[in-house]
Amino acid sequence: MASPMRIRATMMNGATEVKVLMSHPMETGQRKDSSGALVPVHHIKDVVAKHNDKVVLQAEWGAAVSQNPFLQFKFSGGAAGDTVSVTWNDNKGETRTDQVTLR
Amino acid sequence: MSLDRRHFLSVSASMIGALVAGVALPFRLLAQQARPEAGFAATDLASAYAALGGNPEPSNDIVFTSPEIAENGAVVPVSVVSNIAGTTKISILVEKNPNPLTAVFYIAEGTEPSIQTRVKVAQTCNLYAVVEANGKLFSASRETKVTLGGCGG
Repeated sequence: MASPMRIRATMMNGATEVKVLMSHPMETGQRKDSSGALVPVHHIKDVVAKHNDKVVLQAEWGAAVSQNPFLQFKFSGGAAGDTVSVTWNDNKGETRTDQVTLR
Repeated sequence: MSLDRRHFLSVSASMIGALVAGVALPFRLLAQQARPEAGFAATDLASAYAALGGNPEPSNDIVFTSPEIAENGAVVPVSVVSNIAGTTKISILVEKNPNPLTAVFYIAEGTEPSIQTRVKVAQTCNLYAVVEANGKLFSASRETKVTLGGCGG
């Protein structure tokens, strides 16, 4: 959770394409660690992406989204100087928000 | 005068709404309104569909891409692009995962109904993309073969 998300937002033809790489173990609760104990469930539960103050995408995730989740989507609009922010919350109550400025 | 009336009407409308909502939102409907918790906990496709609002009808207007053979079931790239007008929600399900419902995306106005992400696939099975548009459910499916299971087991 200490690692920031990598967000790349590219403007193209009146739309903005966003690619996000989040840093999260996304444990399903089914994996066993080296001592044979089950690693507890720990995954991102929801994601909110905003363009300035407008929510452009919301997502709810189970544990089966891959570790270090990748997400790509596109919304219309976007101009230099605008911010794109992504926030996630996980099942342990941890949260992280990162943002980029379009340019 | 008109301001007072409007205010009164809006207050009473919201009060009636709250009353109706309080009475008429028993467990199942509540699950549909809020995070489909029950859906993510479902252990079979049928229950996951029920939590999403019903069985979807197959549609050729959903472009669903996933690898035919995934070498690593822990990281399977999938892409869902919906060409159905009015798409508001895209869900991804993996039939033979312990919990088939994997992700639900709510598409805001002005956002393209196009999502790319990576999911875990435990074993060779069908993947489903369910699109909700104008209150109706549509789906597309693809079989993905997995050589190395995705749940770390």
